[in-house]
Parts: sequence; C-alpha cells; structure tokens
Amino acid sequence: MARYILKRVLRSMITMLIIIMVVFSLLRLMPIEGYFENYDKLSETQIQVGLTQLGLKDPLHVQLWNFLKQLASGDLGTSNIYRKGVSINTIVAEKIPVSLRLGLISLAIALALGLPLGILMARSTRTRWKLWDKFGTVFIVIIQAVPSAAYHILIQFAGSQGPLKLPMLFSQGNLTSYILPIFSLSIGNIAYYAMWLRRYMVDESNKDYIRLARAKGLPGSTISRRHVFRNAMVPLIQYIPNSILFTLMGSLYVESLYSIPGMGGLLVTVIKRQDNTMVQALVLIYAAISILGLLFGDILMAVLDPRISFTRKEGSR
Amino acid sequence: MKSYRSHKTEQLGSALEAQLKKELSAADMTDEELFSFAGFDASAAERGGYSNYSYWGATVRAFFQNKIAVFFLVLMVATLAFTFIQPYLPNQRDPITIFYNESGRTLSNLSPGEQGFLFGTNNIGQDIWSRIWSGTRTSLFIGFTVACVEAVLGILMGVLWGYVRQLDFFFTELYNIFDNIPQTLLLILISYIMNPGVDTIIFALCLTGWLGMARFIRNQIIIIRDRDYNLASRCLGTPTRRIIFKNLLPYLVSVITMRMALAIPSAIGNEVFVTYIGIGLPLDTPSLGNLINTGRELMTIPSLRYQLYFPVAVLAVITISFYIIGNAFADAADPKNHV
Repeated sequence: MARYILKRVLRSMITMLIIIMVVFSLLRLMPIEGYFENYDKLSETQIQVGLTQLGLKDPLHVQLWNFLKQLASGDLGTSNIYRKGVSINTIVAEKIPVSLRLGLISLAIALALGLPLGILMARSTRTRWKLWDKFGTVFIVIIQAVPSAAYHILIQFAGSQGPLKLPMLFSQGNLTSYILPIFSLSIGNIAYYAMWLRRYMVDESNKDYIRLARAKGLPGSTISRRHVFRNAMVPLIQYIPNSILFTLMGSLYVESLYSIPGMGGLLVTVIKRQDNTMVQALVLIYAAISILGLLFGDILMAVLDPRISFTRKEGSR
Repeated sequence: MKSYRSHKTEQLGSALEAQLKKELSAADMTDEELFSFAGFDASAAERGGYSNYSYWGATVRAFFQNKIAVFFLVLMVATLAFTFIQPYLPNQRDPITIFYNESGRTLSNLSPGEQGFLFGTNNIGQDIWSRIWSGTRTSLFIGFTVACVEAVLGILMGVLWGYVRQLDFFFTELYNIFDNIPQTLLLILISYIMNPGVDTIIFALCLTGWLGMARFIRNQIIIIRDRDYNLASRCLGTPTRRIIFKNLLPYLVSVITMRMALAIPSAIGNEVFVTYIGIGLPLDTPSLGNLINTGRELMTIPSLRYQLYFPVAVLAVITISFYIIGNAFADAADPKNHV
C-alpha cells in the first residue's frame, strides 16, 4: 500500500514537472507584448531594457531553472498587465474564496440531488414502467448533449427574465444573485453523479451475490441500501476529491457569464488581456489542482476498497 | 418489485398458453396417423440449419426499430443537407458582406423578416441567416475532422498498445501522464499560443482526444486477444494484420462508431467554448461559437434576443441529434441486441 501511494505520488510529481516545463517553454513563444502594460508607447531600447530586467534575455534553460527555484519558494511571479507589479499570489488569494464558496455550495447541492436521483433511477429499472429511469435519462441526455454554453445562457436568461426576476449578474452582498450561478454550476454535476451512480448500481445489481440476496428474500430497499449502493459508490468516491478541488478554480463559463470575481473569470480575463505571466501561473495552478484531485481520488479509493490489489500494475485491469 | 414479478409471471404464462394452442391446432391429424411409424427420410437428415443473418442488415433493422433515433436521424440529415445546399439556393446573401441602405448607412439589427432578411441582421449589418449556415459548416467541419483523426489515431494506437506486449509499459506510462492534464487547459493553452483559426482548434482537439479512444480499444483488445478463436488463428499462422482486421476490430465496431458520433458534438461544444472565452476563431470566420458569443452580448436587449436564439437552436438540434443517433447506433451495432 505505502509503495503504491509512493509510486502514485512520484508519477504525479513527474507529470507536474513535465507540465511546468512545457507550459513555461511554450509561453516563451508568445509575443513580447504580453510583458508590458503600454507596449505601443515604448521605444526599442526601453523594450530591450525591460526584457533584460525580467530576465527574458537569458537562455531558456537558465530561465526555466530560475522559474523552478522561484516556484519552489512559493512565488508565482508578478502580474505585468492585469494589475501591474502586484504579486500573483495576492491576486489569487483574493479570488479563491469567492470561487470556493460558490463551488462548495453547488457541489453539496449536486451530491444531495444527484445521488438520490441515481438511486431512484437504478431502482426503477426493476419496476414495470421505469418512470424515474425514463425521466432521469431524458434529463441526463439533455445536459450531456446540449453544449454547456447553450444551457448556461438559457438558465441565466430564464432565471433573470421570467417571473423569477433574479439578478442577472453576481454581486457579493446580494444573496439572491447567488441562486442562478449555483444552479448553473450544480446542474451538470447532478446529471454526472446520477448517470454514473445509476450505471454502477445497475451493473452491481446483476451480480451473483445480489441475486442470492434477492433469492433468499431480502427486501429490495435493504438490498439496494446495504449492498448495491455501497459497492456502487466506490468508483464514484474517486471523483469527490476532484470535485472539491475543482471548485477552487471555479468554472470558466459560469464565472465569466455572471461576472463573478473568481478564479475561472480571472483566467478568461488575463487571456483576453494577454498577460503572459498571469496565464502561466494560472494554468499551472489549474494543472496542479487537477493532478492533486486525481491523486487523492486514487488514494482514497485504494484505502476504501480492500479488493483493489497493489501487487499488479495499475492499468492492467 | 411485486408488481414487476407478477407482471412477468403473467406474461410468461400467456406466452406458454399461446404456444401450446398453436401446436395443438397444427396437429389436426387423426389418432391413427399420430400413432404410426414415421419411417426414415434420407433427405430430411441432409437438411441443415441455415441462417440468413447479415451483420449490417441486422444492425440497420435494429436501428430503425428505435423510433426516436429515426426521428433525429431524419432531422439531422435534413439539417446537414440544407447546410450544404444553402449557398446554392437562389437569393442567398454572402455571410461576411455588410449591407447598406441607399443613403449609405448599415442595415444593422434588423429584426427577423424585415427587408427580406429571414433571420434579420446583426449589429454591423450582416445577414444572420447565411451566417448561421456558414457557421454550421465551419463547426461541422471541425467536428468531422476531429472525429476522424480521433478514430484513426485512437484505433492505431489502441491496437498497438493492446496487441504488442512490448509497448504496453511505454503506452501505459504515457497515458497516465497525459491523462492527468485537463483537456480544457490544453485547449486554452494551445489556442492562446497559436494563431486563432480553424486549424489551431482542430490541432488542439486532436492532440489528446485520441487517448480515451486508444485506452478503450486497448482494454477491449486485451480482453479478447487470447480467446480461443484468436489462439486458433495464430496457431494456423494467420498474419497479425489479418487477425487485427478480421478478428479484433469487427468486435469493436459499435464502440468505435459511438465514440465517433459523440466526438462530433463535443468538438463543436469545445469550439463554442474557446470562441466564447475569446481565443477561438477570429470574428471574420462565422462559426456557431462566434454567433452565440455575439448573441450573448446582446441578450440584455429584449428586441435583439433573436440573434442568440437562432444559433443556439441550430447548435442544440445538431448536438442532440448526434448524441442520440450515436447511442442508438451503438446499441444496434451490438450483436447481442440482434436476437
């Protein structure tokens, strides 16, 4: 077990190192406008001096080494355009709580609605009309098939225009303005959790031990609660740390749609303003978050499910 | 539970009864005939079993039994056909020409139907009707290209990964590393670094899209590569290429088609997404992403909302159709559902 975790951590670190190197090298290919606030007004010598000051004239491997040293001391660099001269750490520290609050609420709602929906759907596949299953499938197909661009816009539109008259844009003090973004954020997750829980529960309930339990006359509710649900949740547990960590980075779409001052909106803004150092830092934060999420998910699953063996190589399932 | 069980019992009972009745009525022979020896008929012994089963025939039949899928198929074929016929129809306007009236002012923000503009014009005076169809062509082109590249690369890599044992370690480690990188991030990064355009988006989507397909095919191939019929083929000296094309890949037709059908709407959705965050296609290339993005900016003005509705509706029709057709076809292509 310890060996497995160690191996898993090592692999994540290698991945992260590769990502850092690739992202850093690729962003050196970007036009140098992205390092100056007022590029058009600067003379050629000023630009050259500025580049030397930023250390961009050094050979690539020297730059990369400096950047790695800087990262190791916990410094993400400073913004050049978005808020000139301000440390990116400070900017990010302001943005994370906003995304985190909205994200955690919506994740809680998604789990509270998605899991029961999945259970209802799985159980109704054994009834005659399969009403819940049909209803849930229609919902999931719509959420899966319609691009998120379309349904987020429609949610914003329907909520703000119809009889509800909810605020269209987000504002910190106004609690009613939280409703639409939270709804937008959670609806995809509801469909996701319901879809996979149903899938795993249906697979699980065709196994022999469940058939035995049914044959010996255990009530259906006990079977699905005690046996099916527990085993079906194991693969889903893997996604939960990921979902929690993902709330840190907010949603690119939802945040820029409702102009929420969070992490997701920030990436879109700095891309539009072409602030190279900010883009680099944010991409690295995002990558780190998703790698950590997968790592925690795998470890959690390994700890929770005693059936997973560590002697065989992962992936040779 | 109970209702389900009793329902099933009832069904079974009535089926048995019907069968019994049929057999009894078929045997309207006298007792004498029934109790005499049948004798030996040599030709009857020669009669062998014969099935006119054809894989594709059965697949198509199973697909057309799904009425919802057929409806969406018709809808999608009609939309696709219209998308490509539209520029050759009479009285169509150019999607990027700006229209002026006699006094030289742009005909901007005309509402649908006004002055012969079927869907109206946008804020700089371009015809939304032709922009939508031209944008649909762009988006579909992206979708199809990505799906094809994904299928070709995915199948090739998946087969190598699954069938060639020496490559397994290399591919598995490669996959584990790339799988950790979120695709959205890669898409954003590549679109940010390279020049915005159709080829950038296609490149970014193809770069990692095949990984999922390759992994899936690899897992399936590992399951079936050592089955008895493949072992027999190998012992008989069948070349590897023939084993792969004749023994392994036909088994995977249903999953491959489904993944391809689903790759198209997801590629279109990704195009809409990167265009929306401002690093996708340039504004002079009409695409569904561009149209939705401009429509969204005008959403606050109720009289101009049509500029958002029309592209979103086309987008929804295309993606839902592909999704449902893909799923239905995958079900139909699975031989287990052919009975």
